[in-house]
Amino acid sequence: MSTSHATPRETTEGTVYTVTGGDWDEVAQAAAKTDDERIVVNMGPQHPSTHGVLRLILEIDGETVTEARCGIGYLHTGIEKNLEYRNWTQGTTFVTRMDYLTSFYNETGYCLAVEKLLGIEDDIPDRATIIRVLLMELNRLSSHLVCIATGGMELGATTIMIYGFRDREMILDLYELITGLRMNHAYIRPGGLAQDLPPGAVDQVREFVKKMKKNMPEYDKLATGNPVFKARMQGVGHLDLAGCMALGATGPILRSAGLPHDLRKAQPYCGYETYDFEVPTTDTCDSYGRFLVRLEEMRQSLGIIEQCLDRLEPGPVMVGDKKIAWPAQLALGPDGLGNSLDHIKNIMGTSMEALIHHFKLVTEGFRVPPGQVYTAVESPKGELGVHAVSDGGTRPYRVHFRDPSFTNLQAMAAMCEGGQVADVIVAVASIDPVMGGVDR
Amino acid sequence: MGIEEKLPSGFLLTTVEQAAGWVRKSSVFPATFGLACCAIEMMTTGAGRYDLARFGMEVFRGSPRQADLMIVAGRVSQKMAPVLRQVYDQMPNPKWVISMGVCASSGGMFNNYAIVQGVDHIVPVDIYLPGCPPRPEMLMDSILKLHQKIQGEKLGVNREEAAREAEQAALKALPTIEMKGLLR
Amino acid sequence: MSEKSNGVNPDKDLNAQNLPGMRGDHGDVVATRHGMFGANNGGDTSGYGGLVRTVAMPGAGARPYGGWFDEVADELEGALEEQGLEPGNAIEKTVVDRGELTFHIAREHLLQVAKTLRDDPALRFELCTGVSGVHFPGPESKGRELHAVYHLRSITHNRLIRLDVSAPDSDPHIPSVVPVYPTNDWHERETYDFFGIVFDGHPALTRIMMPDDWQGFPQRKDYPLGGIPVEYKGAQIPAPDQRRSYS
Repeated sequence: MSTSHATPRETTEGTVYTVTGGDWDEVAQAAAKTDDERIVVNMGPQHPSTHGVLRLILEIDGETVTEARCGIGYLHTGIEKNLEYRNWTQGTTFVTRMDYLTSFYNETGYCLAVEKLLGIEDDIPDRATIIRVLLMELNRLSSHLVCIATGGMELGATTIMIYGFRDREMILDLYELITGLRMNHAYIRPGGLAQDLPPGAVDQVREFVKKMKKNMPEYDKLATGNPVFKARMQGVGHLDLAGCMALGATGPILRSAGLPHDLRKAQPYCGYETYDFEVPTTDTCDSYGRFLVRLEEMRQSLGIIEQCLDRLEPGPVMVGDKKIAWPAQLALGPDGLGNSLDHIKNIMGTSMEALIHHFKLVTEGFRVPPGQVYTAVESPKGELGVHAVSDGGTRPYRVHFRDPSFTNLQAMAAMCEGGQVADVIVAVASIDPVMGGVDR
Repeated sequence: MGIEEKLPSGFLLTTVEQAAGWVRKSSVFPATFGLACCAIEMMTTGAGRYDLARFGMEVFRGSPRQADLMIVAGRVSQKMAPVLRQVYDQMPNPKWVISMGVCASSGGMFNNYAIVQGVDHIVPVDIYLPGCPPRPEMLMDSILKLHQKIQGEKLGVNREEAAREAEQAALKALPTIEMKGLLR
Repeated sequence: MSEKSNGVNPDKDLNAQNLPGMRGDHGDVVATRHGMFGANNGGDTSGYGGLVRTVAMPGAGARPYGGWFDEVADELEGALEEQGLEPGNAIEKTVVDRGELTFHIAREHLLQVAKTLRDDPALRFELCTGVSGVHFPGPESKGRELHAVYHLRSITHNRLIRLDVSAPDSDPHIPSVVPVYPTNDWHERETYDFFGIVFDGHPALTRIMMPDDWQGFPQRKDYPLGGIPVEYKGAQIPAPDQRRSYS
C-alpha cells in the first residue's frame, strides 16, 4: 500500500477511516469531504450533570453546538390534576412538591391565591405573614446554595458543592425545627400557618444568620475571583434583555441582563414593601453575572431575615375565622406529634360549635366562592405564578402553576447554540432549572 | 457474572459465597438515578455531613455500565419508565435496586395518570425505603441493610435455585385486589 | 338563572331575609350541582338530595371598572378601533373581580388583541406569563367548554391583566400567540398536551409532558385521575389494583 492508512470502508454507521500511523493531513482531507453529516448527541434524561431528568438533544459540529433542544416531561407528576381531587387545604401538601427546592414559595403562592379567592388577604395575622417572609428568604438562600453547589459540581469544582451543601444543611436544620420536615413542608396553609414557631426558633435563626454571614465570604474567595471559574462562566450562556423579554425569562436571568425587575418591589405581597433591601443586577448577561446576582441576593436575604426577626411579635398565626382556620393545636404527645389533648378536650367537651367546625373542615374543607385569580411571588428562579379557579366547591376546580424554571428553560437553546458543548452545562446550570418545577 | 459460572456446585460455594459477598458489599457503586425531591436528599447523603464515603460508596457513577446499585430516588413517570428500565438493563450483573421514597415504592400521594404506581412494576426491587423524602440517615440505613443482603447472596447453582424459589413464591401470591385484610 | 324556586332573589330584594339565600344569581353559569355532598349513588338519606344549585363565575362588569382598569380598557378599545376592528366584536366582555381585570376575547381576534396589548405604548404588556387551560364540560357552558387563560404583565406600567379565550369541545382551535409572545411556545404545547386545545399557527405543536404516543388529554375533566396501565418496551403491566403482588 502506498498510503499510510487503509482505504475507508463503508459501514452502516458511516464511513470508517482506519489510521495506521501516517499522514494526518490526508486523513483530515478525506474526512472533510463528508463534512455534511451532522452528529446529534443525546444528553440525558438520566445524566449526572443535568439538573434532574432533563434531556438535551444537541446537534454538534466538532465541539460547536449548532442546534440545541430540550426534552422535558420525564418528571411529569400530574400534581395539577391531583389537586382537583383534594380540598383546598390539602393542596399545600401537593404544591410543596412541585419545585422541591423552593417549597415555601409554592406554598405561599398557592395560599395567597386561595386567600385572594376567599377575600381574606387583609385578615392574615401579621405574625403569620412575617414568618412566611422569613421562611421564603431562608428558602431563597437554600435554593441559591443548591444552584451554586451543583453548578460548581458540574464544572468539576467539588469543593463548592461540599461548601454549598454544608451551609444548606444548617438551613434544613432550621426548617426541621420550625416545620418538622427537612423538605416538602406543607407548613404554610390557606389562612396562615400550620402552627407557630417552636420555642428557641428565633434564637437559632439569629445564630444561623451570624454563621452564614461568616461563611458568605468563602464563596467569594472560592469562586468569585477564581480565574478558572471566571474563564468557564464569563461570556457563556449569553442572553440579553430583548431575549429575556421575548422568552419570558425572569429572576436572576433577567436581572443579569440589567433590568431590576423583582416582584417583591414591583408588585409587593406579604408586606415586602416595608422591608429594606436592594435588587442586585449586573449587565453582563452571562452565567457569571447570574452567579454574582445570586450571591448578592443571598446577602440581601440575610438582611431581610434579620428584619423579620426584629419584627416578630407574639400573636396568632391563623385567621380568626373558625370556618376557615384549620382546627388544630399541635402538641407533642407520647406517640408523636398530634392534636393536643387540651384542644381535643375543649372541642369534645365544651364547645359544640368547635366540634362542628372541626368535623366540617376535616372531612369536607371550606368552600371557596367561584372565580379565578392569579397571584405571583418572586421565587429564587423568577416569577412563580398561580392561576387558581374555583367553582364554589371545597376542592380547587383548576390550579395552574406558571413555574419560572419551565419558562426559563426555554432560553436554553438561545443560550447554547453557537457555543461549545462544555458550555451547555454551564448555561443550563446558570438557568437553575429544577425539573420538579418544570414538569410538575 | 464472573466466577460463579466457572465454579462447580457443592461444598466449595458456601465459603466462597461469604468471601464474594463481603467483597461485593464493601464496594458498591451506585448509579445516579436522581429523579425528584429524593435526589436532593441522596446528594445530601453524599455531601459533607452524612458522608456516604464511610461505606465506600461516595462515587456515584454516571454510566450504568460501571454501576451495580440503582437508587431510584423519586417519582417515576410513565415517560421515564422505559428510560429507567433501559438503564437497569445496561447495568452488569449482579445488580441491586433501592426504591427510595414512597413515590418510587408505591406511587405515594401521586395516585394519578402520570406516575408509575411503584417502580417494582418495571424493575425488581431489593429494598423499599419509605419517607417523603427519607432522611439521609434512612437512606444510609437502607444501604446498610442492602449490604447485609449482598453479604448473604448466593452464587452459581444456589443462586439459580433461590431465584426459582422466589419466582414460585411470587406466582403463588394473591393479587392485591383479592387480598383481605383489616381494611376490607 | 333568573327564576328561583321561591321567586325571590335576596341579592336584589332586601326584605326577603326570612327566605333562604340564593347564591349564583349573577354571572356566568358554568355548572349545576345536585345534592349537598357530591355523592349520587345510593338513596337520599340526608334530605339534601333534591338541592339544585348553579355554579356561576363572576359576570361582566360595568363601567367604571375603577383604578387603572378603565385606562387600560379605553386604550385597548381605542387602539382596536384605530385598526378598524370594532372593540365589541373582539372583546366579548370585561370582568372585574377580586381586583383583577379580565378581557374575554373572541378567539379569531386574539392575535391582533395580543399584538396591540404588547405594542401600544400606553399598554405595553411585554411579558406573557403563559397560558393555562380550564375545562368546563357541563351543558351549561355549551360552545365554550375549553378556556385558554393568558396573563399579561406590563413591567413598564406595572400592571397585570388576564385574557380569557374560549373554544367549544367540538372545535378546539385557538390561534397561537407565539408570533407575538415567543415565551408561549412551551406553554401552548403544555396546554395542548393536557387539554387538547389546538393552537393554530404554533411552530411545532407536539406533546411536551406526556409520552408522544399518549392517548387522551389527561387534565380535562372527563379524563380519569388514575388507574392507567404501565407500558414499556412493548409490554403492558396492569394498573396497581389489578396487579399481582410481589414480595
